[in-house]
Amino acid sequence: MTPVNHAVEIRDLHKHFGKLEVLKGIDFAVDPGQVVCVIGPSGSGKSTLLRCVNLLEQPTSGRVVLEGVELTDRDVDIDAARRRVGMVFQQFNLFPHMTALQNVMIAQRRVLKRGRAEAEKIARENLEKVGIADKCDAYPLQLSGGQQQRVAIARALAMNPALMLFDEPTSALDPELVGDVLTVMRKLAEEGMTMLVVTHEMAFARDVADRVVFMDGGVIVEDGPAAQVIGEPQHERTKSFLRRVLDPTHTDV
Amino acid sequence: MTEQSTPAESAGPAGTPPGRTGLSPRKKQQISRIVQYVALVAVVVFLALRIEWGQLAENFAKPEVAAETLPDLFTVALKNTIIYSVGGFFFAFLLGLLFALMRMSSVRPYRWIAIAYIEIFRGLPALLIFLLILFLPLALPGFEVPGGTYGQGILGLTIVGSAYMAETLRAGLQAVPKGQMEAARSLGMSHARAMTTIVIPQAVRIVIPPTTNQFVSLLKDSSLVLFLGVSGDYVELTKFGNDMASTFANATPILVVGVTYLLVTIPLGYLASRLEKRQARGR
Repeated sequence: MTPVNHAVEIRDLHKHFGKLEVLKGIDFAVDPGQVVCVIGPSGSGKSTLLRCVNLLEQPTSGRVVLEGVELTDRDVDIDAARRRVGMVFQQFNLFPHMTALQNVMIAQRRVLKRGRAEAEKIARENLEKVGIADKCDAYPLQLSGGQQQRVAIARALAMNPALMLFDEPTSALDPELVGDVLTVMRKLAEEGMTMLVVTHEMAFARDVADRVVFMDGGVIVEDGPAAQVIGEPQHERTKSFLRRVLDPTHTDV
Repeated sequence: MTEQSTPAESAGPAGTPPGRTGLSPRKKQQISRIVQYVALVAVVVFLALRIEWGQLAENFAKPEVAAETLPDLFTVALKNTIIYSVGGFFFAFLLGLLFALMRMSSVRPYRWIAIAYIEIFRGLPALLIFLLILFLPLALPGFEVPGGTYGQGILGLTIVGSAYMAETLRAGLQAVPKGQMEAARSLGMSHARAMTTIVIPQAVRIVIPPTTNQFVSLLKDSSLVLFLGVSGDYVELTKFGNDMASTFANATPILVVGVTYLLVTIPLGYLASRLEKRQARGR
């Protein structure tokens, strides 16, 4: 048995979509309380990696171990395991037929079987935490993108997850709304939440992440402290990616 | 375009000026409109002179005969039409949902069964289905449709409606974005739980306008109950109108029944298009 010292551990993970190999043997782990940002060009497999962690994508081979429970075991209770992992999507994916409050309550009620009063209390606390307590009764379509994403974060937090996954949480937002969401995420990180974040926000990665992982072509190219990977990248691929992202008007076309 | 080749006109920077020969487009339009009005008036005058209005009114709109249809027109006939079509719609919806889910099932034989059912019953005339139900006791001795005459009528409409409903609901289920299922699963919901609390409620909302139209169509198809040989307290609008027309040897009841159908179908059609517009705005 693996000793329970990693929040999540990934060993030799491969994922094929038909003939296309998107992940070509990923090894890495996130420790409790760590914030890990995954950066890399589009098509590098970062989102697929994230989606393999809670098995929204079924890995072709390899192991994913969450708090000592192997998720890639065919007989694992995947629904029980997913309760421990919160996920925030690029497109928010709020339930449009429910109010913000109902969005945060529904899984507590139906999955954790919490009573109405308790679920509502926890929902309100979490909505308060992400700064939209006053929008409890609004439907998702009445909210801005930034507000919707914060409701989505509250919805995931209400399940008391051990690990939070963020899949490009600010990529679908108007630029002036990105800050609201990143601030909530930073607060969460400061409170000690274990987080795995796929992002293009280099400032967030540099300031908040304990570790930054650079992926390209389905493999991890570089993995280390944020200051090192972003500040002094070792590999040519990392350097050229960062040049393009940090100085987009001076790329070699 | 022949004007363009006349050398006398010098081409300006914007090309040759438009020719002034013949009628202007505005004049042509005017003439065309006058012709249309003249044609309309001619047809109206012809009909007004040709039709014997007295005889027509005598046969189709005789107030004494119309009065005879009351109150049974509403208390029996319309009531039964609504019982047959609401009952048929209710079960068609349930059965349609079942077949829509089977059609999308990962179990292959379920998909085959659903496809076969949908293709067969979508392709058969509604009248044929009612005739089949009529002969059901012969095919299955000892079998009786529960609910008697109501049961038979509702069964017929259920079969007629469910195949269409299955396809409509499948489209609705597929119109719910994939991210909804993913979000629900990532919160620890099982597939079945995610379907019932997240996907199906949204799909139902999406299909409300088309199913309203399907209800209107079932309401009209309920006239086929006529062929089940219903009588007395079980007659619906069309059978009622037909019987009354025979009794009085006068077509007025049929016209009255037609108007009664429209009293229900026109508001429903209007409602469906309003719901459609609201949905188009909401999404």
